[in-house]
Parts: sequence; structure tokens; C-alpha cells
Amino acid sequence: MKITLDIWRQKSRNEKGRFVRYELEEVSPEMSFLEMLDLLNTNLIKRGEDPVAFDHDCREGICGTCGMYVNGHPHGPVKSITTCHLSMREFKDGDTITVEPFRARSFPVIKDLVIDRMSLEHIQVAGGFISVKTGSAPEANTIPVPKKNADEAFDAASCIGCGACVAACKNASAMLFLSAKVSQMALLPHGKPEAKQRAREMVAAMDDMGFGRCSNTGACEAKCPKNIKITNIARLNREYYKAY
Amino acid sequence: MTKLNSKIPEGPLTEKWSRYRRDVRLVNAANKKKLDIIVVGTGLAGAGASSALGELGYNVKNFCFQDSPRRAHSVAAQGGINAAKNYMNDGDSIYRLFLDMIKGGDYRAREANVYRAAEVSNAVIDHYTAQGVPFARDYGGTLDNRSFGGVQVSRTFYARGQTGQQCLLGAYSALNRQIKAGKVKMFPRREMLELVIVDGKARGIITRNLETGELERHSAHAVVLATGGYGTIYYLSTLAVNSNASAAWIAHKKGALFANPSFVQIHPTSVPQLNEYQAKLTLMSESLRNDGRIWVPAKKGDERLPGDIPDEERDYFLERRYPAFGNLVPRDVASRAAKERCDAGYGVGKTGLAVYLDFRDAINKQGKKAIEDKYGNLFEMYQVISGFNPYETPMMIYPAGHYTMGGLWVDYELMTTIPGLYAIGEANFSDHGANRLGACSLMQAAGDGYFILPNTISNYLADDIKRGKIATDTPEFDEAERSVKERIERLLAIEGTQTVTSFHKRLGRLMWDLCGMSRNEEDLKKALSLVREMEEEFWKDVTVPGSADQFNQELEKAGRVADFFELARLMIEDAMHRNESCGAHFREEKQTAEGEAMRDDKNFAYVAAWEYAGKGVPEKLHKEMLSFEEVEVKERSYK
Ligand SMILES: Cc1cc2nc3c(=O)[nH]c(=O)nc-3n(C[C@H](O)[C@H](O)[C@H](O)COP(=O)(O)OP(=O)(O)OC[C@H]3O[C@@H](n4cnc5c(N)ncnc54)[C@H](O)[C@@H]3O)c2cc1C
Ligand code: SF4
Ligand code: FES
Repeated sequence: MKITLDIWRQKSRNEKGRFVRYELEEVSPEMSFLEMLDLLNTNLIKRGEDPVAFDHDCREGICGTCGMYVNGHPHGPVKSITTCHLSMREFKDGDTITVEPFRARSFPVIKDLVIDRMSLEHIQVAGGFISVKTGSAPEANTIPVPKKNADEAFDAASCIGCGACVAACKNASAMLFLSAKVSQMALLPHGKPEAKQRAREMVAAMDDMGFGRCSNTGACEAKCPKNIKITNIARLNREYYKAY
Repeated sequence: MTKLNSKIPEGPLTEKWSRYRRDVRLVNAANKKKLDIIVVGTGLAGAGASSALGELGYNVKNFCFQDSPRRAHSVAAQGGINAAKNYMNDGDSIYRLFLDMIKGGDYRAREANVYRAAEVSNAVIDHYTAQGVPFARDYGGTLDNRSFGGVQVSRTFYARGQTGQQCLLGAYSALNRQIKAGKVKMFPRREMLELVIVDGKARGIITRNLETGELERHSAHAVVLATGGYGTIYYLSTLAVNSNASAAWIAHKKGALFANPSFVQIHPTSVPQLNEYQAKLTLMSESLRNDGRIWVPAKKGDERLPGDIPDEERDYFLERRYPAFGNLVPRDVASRAAKERCDAGYGVGKTGLAVYLDFRDAINKQGKKAIEDKYGNLFEMYQVISGFNPYETPMMIYPAGHYTMGGLWVDYELMTTIPGLYAIGEANFSDHGANRLGACSLMQAAGDGYFILPNTISNYLADDIKRGKIATDTPEFDEAERSVKERIERLLAIEGTQTVTSFHKRLGRLMWDLCGMSRNEEDLKKALSLVREMEEEFWKDVTVPGSADQFNQELEKAGRVADFFELARLMIEDAMHRNESCGAHFREEKQTAEGEAMRDDKNFAYVAAWEYAGKGVPEKLHKEMLSFEEVEVKERSYK
């Protein structure tokens, strides 16, 4: 099928970007969206032009590296998947697709569709851990965890750190991302001793990094490829208030 | 000439590790502060080592090419991680885990290392659990285990189908704690492009900042490579697409011996290739074989829809060939059997390179709900990728390159043949022999990183406490940086007509066809000359757009593919010289009349460790003879 692409091109952090239009003839519905971009890049390289930079690695929805707006939606129009799992079956011959990098003050563009997400790293470094020294852990079954809690902790822990929640939020808030980690650890007895400090320090880091505040619109949950629930934000709020 | 000394401690197998620790030289806390360690890689091995070494007090610099350490390829592991806890009371023990690994590896691994890997496995689970890894639990709140990878006990810990992700995020959290404490400095979006050797010892690396293109010098008293496997040499594989061999290969060219390069595990159940632009093959967990039945039409070129083919016209070839194990035969056996059917013209799907994995009978017997509970997320994933609904029509699957047992040769201390250079995780060769058992590589990567390396590295560093910082303004660093620069300039200057990826695809296809699941001398000879030709063509006609001083993904790929060409030649040499069939390495000349593998213990019970001898010169083979003191060497049989 034939696809027209309007893609954000930006040479580097400091240069201004703009949309550039590309036509692609040989797209097959069996391709993934990223394979379609690979094809575009092959054509560009052959024409002596600069290929479109985009981040990706596992290409199976688990590493969190990929991510871009496709027709205005973080990770594209299909619910609960990452960009790398988006298939060209979702489009039809003759479609025009707009592709841009995730936009947020805390995610500067490095090149084209590639962004800098170090701000998310800083939040994790601030407190996304349980302090246990290698070698000092108790035998794994000494602390039982109700199955329900373990399952809920798992659900929260399956966040892949892609940043789509930030990109979906009009305030560019990282609350869903942050709450996923705080929830995971709040649900486990192992995480209890440091719960207060964790909530305080991670929230402070989020503020420092220039993310916005949460106004409960729920756009993050709707666009999260891993179905991280907004109830985690409620839990984070409880943890946060307990911490003061 | 390099001499191999595996430094296996004296004493009975079960006491070697405790004796080693009793005698190992230590570095006291005050002196650890004076010592720098570089760790390249942030998977289970690298992130584990960095956090453990940071906790001990060393100054750690940790590198990865992704934008965050949390994205290392370990994140993609699905099925689980083994430990010898015997929580199920089904007769498991450290010894049995050890035995399963030795057997599974077809008697091509070093006993002492394998035993130790099994020995530290329980501590790995304790540690992850304490970090908050949400492993699956029973209703009583204790940890659950499942059976995995064709062994008789249930020893696999899992977190739904995302065990690797959960373990890696645990490892990442401990790493973050050390980053916060200032003991680990993290360098994401960096690629190691050279190893710096000073007076015969590994003392640093040259990295390229992948955003700015800047070349950077980093020095340390020891360097640890935790850079993963090289299954992406086949282009299409189950690995993350940016995984590569370069760090290990660079070390090899600087003197580290490379062991058993041709030992590559092919996984039997991945989603087959659907289009020619496909960039990766997604793994469908092996657990599916517990309930799915594998078949092809009994008649060649049968065009009917699978549901229209009655049972008597189906060939359940695994059940037919291996009545005792059926669909649960080990990975290598299942993979070869599928390839055999497809090569003989019985394959299904558009390309004929696929077989059916059918859940019809399981759904009829157990109900759709039971199957959904077990495999719901996998079925969904399959449908997202292929567009077909596996509840209604059988999955199509085909084998794919998955795991590299080969890697840098290391001794008992996990040190390579370059003093001060260590290799851990999938990057080394040590524990899986000729074939890896399911759920044993996460276990090994984590064990290496958390519990083995931090205990062995002091034995080396104890000599270095008075050395002080290693300077980077020295001729050795100048030379290393110059050679990196020169290679980058060379790649950019070719300005040919073919893309880097087109070369990678062609190389991958060639290796898959001629040095993949089954090998023979004639093909291997052909492969060697074809790789040489293609490599020459690459250096004449590849096109790498852009410049060195910018974010340039094509340039990154070009360097990796250039290294793959060199590694490919060594893989072929290794496969050629090993004239036996063992584990994942199947030499067609060495099979029984029924097509089963014939191992040759008389001539090949050794680790093949190759020494780089210079450009265009054949590599030199060193043999580490394997002696089995504990286990009786037996033939594998799944009939
Ligand atoms: C799809 C899939 C499923 C799997 N499932 C299982 C399973 O269920 N159970 C199991 O036990 N095993 C499984 N495995 C195998 C297992 O995941 C790997 O063997 C293991 O995770 C390897 O870990 P590692 O730490 O050695 O390396 P990796 O996790 O591969 O990490 C490599 C690191 O090195 C860095 N790196 C590499 N080269 C450079 C360089 N030149 N410069 C800078 N950084 C560099 C990367 O950035 C990365 O951080 C699976 C593998 C695949 C492909
Ligand atoms: S919460 Fe969802 S959208 Fe946000 S980073 Fe995690 S996985 Fe991505
Ligand atoms: S590339 Fe890993 S999640 Fe998309």
C-alpha cells in the first residue's frame, strides 16, 4: 500500500525542527510500524539523505525504548501496545500518518524522534529501591506476601518506563510512572520500612525535573501501553500524605 | 603464547567454592575506596555486579548503549529463573541442578563452575525477593515454582511471562541505590569501542558518546564485560535488535581467548518471519509446548486450512520420533526436527518455513478458560504480531537464534586471559556447555554479577592498592583512541551504495543457512569463502550516512556489522573443527541412522578456546580438556 508520512525532523537539541513529508509505495500490511520506518530509512539512505532517527531495541513491547506520537497518539491509535507492536494492518492504502517525538518539557529532543528521558532516571535514583545489601537478604520464604498483593505489585511493576504517560498528559506529569514504582513497593512488606522516605524523595525529584502536577484527567492511563492503573496514583497520594 | 589455566580450586566439587573463599585475598574497606572498576553492561550480570561492587566500596563506572540501564536485553526474558530451593519437595537439590546443567550442556561445560552456579542460585532468589521482585506466589503467600525446560523437578521462579523484566528492574533498583550513594557513576548511551591495555593489564576503555559522537577515555584498575550474547549475528533472532558482539570481539582482538564460538542455541518456538523487512523474531515461550501439539501436514504442499486437515493426515512429528518426551524434547532436538520437516517440503505458511503449534486438543480437554489462564498474554502477543487468533487456528512457529553458549573464555575467577579483564553473564562461555537449559541463564548472569565476581575480583585487585589512579593521558590511551577514530573515519569514507542493514541481513541469512541449526563440512567451507567475499564487499561498498560527531545510528550499526563479519569467520572455523554433534552443535556427518546426534568424547571432550593471531591469519586453537570427576558421562536420549 501507499503511505504518506509527515515526520518531525530535527537535527539536534539546539536546532529547530519541522515536519517533512515522505511518500512510501511498497508498504505491506504485515510490516510493523517500525519496519515501515526501516523501509523509509533504507530509501532515504539510498537517496543520500539523512535517515530518520528513532529509538528502539527489543521490538517486542518490553524494553520501553520506543515511543513516538503516531497521528497524535503516544504509541499510536491502538490501545495497550507500544509503538514497536503497532502493525501496518491498522492503516489503509493512501493514509497520511503524522509522526512526532514525545513532547514534554522534561523530554528534550535529541534528534528527530529520539528524546532524552534522563528525567525519569532521576526519579528512580531518588528512591525507587529497597535498601538491601547483596548477601544480606533473608531466605525468600521467610516473609510471606499475600498472593493478591504480589499480583497487584506485579501489575504496577510492569511499567516499562517509556514515558507515554507524560506525553499523554496535558501537564506533562510523571505521576503514573512514579506511582507505579511507589505502589509496587508499598504493596510488599519488604518495601514498608522506607515507604515514607521513598514517597517524599521521588515526588521531590519529579518536581525538580520540571514535570507538571497531576490534575486527574486520566489521559495517562488511557495511553499507557502496559495498562498501569490510575489507582496507583491514588495509592501514591496516600503514601505521600502519610509521609508528612 | 597464551596458556590456559582454569584455576579450579583443589578439593571435592562441593567444597571448592567455600575453600576458594576461605583462601582468597581480600582488599580492606579503606583500600577499596582507592580502586576503580569499569563495568560494561547493565543486564542482570552487569547491573548486579555494579551494585554489589558499589556496596563493597569500590568506585564503579557502569556503561550501556541504551538510554537507560533498565532496558538491557535481560528485560526480555520471559519464562523464569532457576534455583535449587526444593520448595516443591520434589527431590531437587544443588547437586541435581548441577547435574541437569551438565547433562543439558551435553558434557561440554566445566564441572566446578557449573556446580558453583547452582550453589549460588538460591541466594539470587533471596536477593531479588528482598529487592521487591514480585515473583509468582501461592495463596499462602509463599513463592510458587513451575516446571520448565524439560527437567523432572519444578524449580523455576517466575513473574508471569516477564521474569527477565522483573529481575532486571530489581537489579536496576539496587543499581540506582548505588548511583544515589555516589558509588556507581552511570554512563548511558555510551558504546565501548576499544579496550585499553597497559603493561599487559586491562586498564580502561574508549567509549563513544552516542548522542554527541565524542570519544571518551575511561580508566580503571579492572574492567568487567557484561555485554550479553551475539545471537543477532543471524540478523533475525529473538534478541533485542541492538544486541551485538563488539565488546567481546574487541577484547578478543586484544588477546582474550574466545571459547566455543559456534555453540548457539536455536529456540524452537518463535513467531516465523512474516515479511522481508522483518527486523526480529519474537519468542513464544517454551511453556506453550506443555499443552500445544506440534505438527505439519502429512502430505507435501497440502494447501488446506489447518482446521480442515483431519488427524490422520497430520504428522505430529515430535510425538512420532520421540514417543517418550513428545513435544517436550529439548530445544535443539525440537528445532532440528522442525527444520527437517520444512526442508523436506512439509512446512506451512506463506514461506513454508513454519510448523503448527496447535491448542485444539488442550482447549477441548481443559476448556478455553484454563488455557487462557495459562497462556493468555502469550496468545494476545501472538495475535498482535501475526493477526491470527490462536484460540481458533493453530499458531505458526519456527526456530530462531536465541542464546550463545560461546563467549569469552574465563577461568574459575571469571577472568579472561587478559589480566584484569573479566567477563560475566552471557558474554562468557562458562556454564552452559554446548546447550543451555531453560531458565538457567538469568540464574547464571545474576549469580556471576552478585555473588561470584565480587568475591573473586579482590584476589586480583589486592596487588593494586598502592597504584593510585590510572592516568588516561598516556600513549596507550592515545593509541586506543586513535585506532577507534581511524576505523570510524574509514567506515564513513567508503561512501558505497549498499546499506549496513542489507549487509547484516545477507550475512545473517548466510550464517543461518550454512552455520545454523545443522552444519556440514562442505557448507561450512562454502560459508567461509562467502563470508570473506561479503566482508570485502562491505568494506568497499557500504554506505554510512552522516558524520562522526552526531547521533548516528547507521554508524553504530556499521561498526557492529563489521565485527560480526570477523566473528562469523571464527564461528565457522570452530564449527568446522568440531567434527562431532553435541548439544546445539549438530554436524550432519555425525548422526545415527535415525538422525540423532553422535557426540565424540574421545576426541572432543574439551573447550575450544581461540586465540586471535592478527588480521587474515588463522586463529590458534587452545584446548581446555574437560575431566568429569563427579558425573558419569552418558549419551543423551529422548526416545
Ligand atoms: C527472548 C528471550 C527470552 C529469554 N528468556 C529467558 C528465560 O526465561 N530464562 C533465562 O534464564 N534466560 C532467558 N533468556 C536468556 C537471558 O535473557 C540472557 O542470557 C541474559 O539476560 C543475559 O544477561 P546479561 O546480563 O549477560 O546481558 P544483557 O542483558 O544482554 O545485557 C547486555 C548489556 O551490555 C551492554 N552492552 C553491550 N555491548 C556494549 C558496548 N559495546 N558498550 C556499552 N554497553 C554495551 C548493553 O547495553 C546491555 O546493558 C532469554 C533470552 C531471550 C532472547
Ligand atoms: S506508566 Fe505506562 S506509559 Fe508511563 S512509563 Fe510506565 S508503561 Fe509507560
Ligand atoms: S522497542 Fe522495546 S518496547 Fe518497543
